[in-house]
Amino acid sequence: MLPAFIMATALAVSLPSCKSKPSDADIQTKVQTAIAATPGVSADVKDGVVTLSGLVSSDAEKTAVETAVNNLKESGVKSVVDNIEVEAAPAPAAVAPAADALSQGVADATKDFPGITATVADGVITVTGEIEKSKVQTLKASLDALNPKKTDMSQVKVK
Amino acid sequence: MSALQDKYKELIDTVNASGVTGAQINETDGVLHITGTAPSADVKNKLWDIYGKIDPNFLTGDVVMNVNVATAVAGAKVKVVTDSTNLNIRKGPGTDQPIVGKAAHGEVITLVGKANDQWWLVRTNDGEEGYSYSQYLTPVE
Repeated sequence: MLPAFIMATALAVSLPSCKSKPSDADIQTKVQTAIAATPGVSADVKDGVVTLSGLVSSDAEKTAVETAVNNLKESGVKSVVDNIEVEAAPAPAAVAPAADALSQGVADATKDFPGITATVADGVITVTGEIEKSKVQTLKASLDALNPKKTDMSQVKVK
Repeated sequence: MSALQDKYKELIDTVNASGVTGAQINETDGVLHITGTAPSADVKNKLWDIYGKIDPNFLTGDVVMNVNVATAVAGAKVKVVTDSTNLNIRKGPGTDQPIVGKAAHGEVITLVGKANDQWWLVRTNDGEEGYSYSQYLTPVE
């Protein structure tokens, strides 16, 4: 009776420690599935420590990948080292609307024509004021070179 | 042929007959858009003369013509074609940029490069370098 009890106890105590520890290769497989949704990210596993690296386009993506891998604790992930880099956001100037470029271009083009005022709306340049005949072509060519939808000079008075 | 293309037939025919490369003639919302690269400044001037003859002082606004000149490339000599005044040479491409030099009316200077269609990087014979407005520069052939 006694030996059987001791054996049963010994068995009960020893069982958890007998449960095989997941290998790094097993963990790698699980991690690979978790990061598959985010191209550009790769993972290295060593002694259960997962190191993430690569390039993503936003902080949100970086956090999502890190969380997904952290949730694999039951599969043997001990900790996560997140070395993922986030791509720099494009400079604001690059997304400036074309309308501003046209307005700036019109301001540059009309600077040397003191009697002339030009406004931009919906890609159409509307010109008013007075100008010498010898300068009309330069003004028109300068404005047309900005590729507007139309250069309306019908209100211009030519001296 | 639309009424607009009929009105500007001489201009369109000249574009097509003068060796203008990449020529595009499109009619959009009642405006005839003419773009392309003329083989020389003379051809470009001829096109503007014909346009001005059909539509005196360009007041109707039914054409937008943007024709470049093929010989206006880096290294080319360009002449200052202001009305009579000096041409400003600026630190950067824009009238908000400080003036770093001037080129005289009629002076021939060197085209170094182009920031865009409007602003060209130029160098005077005195070595002054900066950006000038391209409408006041024409290639010397």
